[in-house]
Amino acid sequence: MRLFVPGDAAACAVGADAVAAALEREARARGIDATIVRNGSRGLFEMEPLIEAETEQGRIGFARVRPDDVAGIFDAIGNEGDHPNAVGLVEEIPFLKRQTRLTFARCGITDPQSIDEYRALGGLKGLERAIAIGPAPTVEEVVDSGLRGRGGAGFPTGIKWRTAAGAPAAQKYIVCNADEGDSGTFADRMLMEGDPFLLIEGMAIAGLAIGATYGYIYIRSEYPHAIRAMNRAIETARRHGLLGRSLLGSAHGFDMEVRVGAGAYVCGEETSLLESIEGRRGEVRAKPPLPALVGLFGRPTIINNVLSLAAVPFILAEGARAYADFGMGRSRGTMPIQLAGNIKNGGLFETAFGITLGELVEEIGGGTLSGRPVRAVQVGGPLGAYFPPSMFHLPFDYEAFAEADGLIGHAGIVVFDDSVDMARMARFAMEFCAAESCGKCTPCRIGSVRGIEVLDRVIAGREVDANLALVADLCETMKFGSLCALGGFTPYPVMSALKHFPEDFLRGRAREVEPAT
Amino acid sequence: MSGQELWTVDEAEQIIRRHAGRKGALLPILNALQAAFGHVPGGVVPIVAEALNLSRAEVHGVVTFYHDLKTAPDDRPVVKLCRAEACQARGVGRIAPLLEADERIHVETVYCLGLCASGPAAMVGEAVFGRLDDAGARQLIDATAREAVR
Ligand SMILES: Cc1cc2nc3c(=O)[nH]c(=O)nc-3n(C[C@H](O)[C@H](O)[C@H](O)COP(=O)(O)O)c2cc1C
Ligand code: SF4
Ligand code: FES
Repeated sequence: MRLFVPGDAAACAVGADAVAAALEREARARGIDATIVRNGSRGLFEMEPLIEAETEQGRIGFARVRPDDVAGIFDAIGNEGDHPNAVGLVEEIPFLKRQTRLTFARCGITDPQSIDEYRALGGLKGLERAIAIGPAPTVEEVVDSGLRGRGGAGFPTGIKWRTAAGAPAAQKYIVCNADEGDSGTFADRMLMEGDPFLLIEGMAIAGLAIGATYGYIYIRSEYPHAIRAMNRAIETARRHGLLGRSLLGSAHGFDMEVRVGAGAYVCGEETSLLESIEGRRGEVRAKPPLPALVGLFGRPTIINNVLSLAAVPFILAEGARAYADFGMGRSRGTMPIQLAGNIKNGGLFETAFGITLGELVEEIGGGTLSGRPVRAVQVGGPLGAYFPPSMFHLPFDYEAFAEADGLIGHAGIVVFDDSVDMARMARFAMEFCAAESCGKCTPCRIGSVRGIEVLDRVIAGREVDANLALVADLCETMKFGSLCALGGFTPYPVMSALKHFPEDFLRGRAREVEPAT
Repeated sequence: MSGQELWTVDEAEQIIRRHAGRKGALLPILNALQAAFGHVPGGVVPIVAEALNLSRAEVHGVVTFYHDLKTAPDDRPVVKLCRAEACQARGVGRIAPLLEADERIHVETVYCLGLCASGPAAMVGEAVFGRLDDAGARQLIDATAREAVR
């Protein structure tokens, strides 16, 4: 009998390890020959720990399992799954069934550390095709797919690859950005834990495409599970000839290693990340030169987000057209969207671009976890805008969000109910910027600290109108005077909160003390 | 790692040697020292600088840049509590005072553990905790204080 207990950090955080141990004990006590697979998460975190049993009908699930449920579950497996925690056939769960999983096709299904299962479910086809068609056509395939960077900026991945491919150099690098610091995001983490060979394959294809023979995955230190999973998978990949002097027996060599961050949000910014790998303070570099030409250790370097690289094997295996057929406008393919915060069905929802914010939050997410009305959603992490439900018609699309003074970023959506105080969230945005600023430019370093003070005065009801004007000024200065998006985009959450929820900022006015004249 | 400066030059040198050959060896070395000693002792800075042919100021500059690297050991076990937006939306503000009031542990604010649909979330060492309510927070405090977490 095969049983599945997710080894994903979000499952472990709610007791999956203890459940796995209990299942093992119970199986032994019953004399059942059970294999317990620590799969990735299916991404429906409300149900974790979601354990599954393989049956003739398919995989049946039991949600929110605790160690003392285990005996009953063994009885239920032989008895048509009759159990209070039973959720039936996992594939039929609406949240999962509605998705279009290209990147997360295997996550939650396979044993993430089994390269045989990886291959059996379509793995390595992309790399095999890249080897067959060669570097230049591989780059063009990625260009044609329309894939845009999933790390935040949405820059066309293929164009970046072309630039690096055209740069003559004895040594080039592939750097995978797995710093995933945005609140409300966890797709990179899930993928590294749930299907690590996919990322390895994507990086190997990138290496082949631009002529790079070495890669680094920069993973934040807050992700110990992902670090372990990637390290193990890299070892396995080397043993199986998927990495090393020769990629799958071809003339192309590629190897890689994991580098661990040290708790600095700004190191997710690509040039800061390079500084960090090189062993310096994670201060942002001015561009140009582009990292694609002068990157890591001064060499041409592609820096891509985990999800960008993980989309590539599908594109190579199935063809650019198959990927580009999904999506809308200039947003092609699918996006692994992350539903987080105060939401009933939180988790990973991969779907084609074009779905509306309202469908995501209300229909798929099921509204708030608290049961109270949704008041605000923040899209795109701590540098993303806040939107009220009146803007739920917005389609998930880079351009549509930009037009609405927002951004998609790494596709995290954080939901808040009506107990949220948006003036405090604006203050928090400034606080976060102050805490994480690399210190290189004054508008970001000093402006954010000033922002906290000014918003404190607004919240306290001191000269509200004058101080709100100051906030707007400060935001202008930060927006145009910052070197990177940390200082430059902090105005998004601040000004969107003020624009869409002014009442929270004006509350202090009632208590306002006459300014001394 | 409760209080005493438990480190020796020997151990530090071993750690440094293990990574010194790598490109960009400084951060892996500092992370390893932090993991072994609970901080990066001021006394190892010159040793690291010498091994990597850097100035002390450069090494010190890196140590002070990263939130994970501490210049002094913590006298109490640390709970890293996520205070970022998604955990705020899920009520970390309600349990934070409970954790902060307990003097046996030290609560450190972090921003996001990638558990944003399972918050409020916390981390102790490499162990992660989600859906923390009052009871969960109390359990976590006790286990951490007894240093019983993994
Ligand atoms: C402050 C800041 C933090 C960032 N954090 C991340 C991150 O955690 N992960 C990421 O992939 N990109 C992050 N980015 C964007 C990167 O600079 C860069 O655009 C991205 O890694 C490029 O890869 P892509 O084209 O595949 O998206 C961040 C940018 C800024 C300004
Ligand atoms: S905007 Fe802030 S984080 Fe970005 S380079 Fe300037 S000081 Fe550093
Ligand atoms: S916001 Fe707390 S874990 Fe992401």
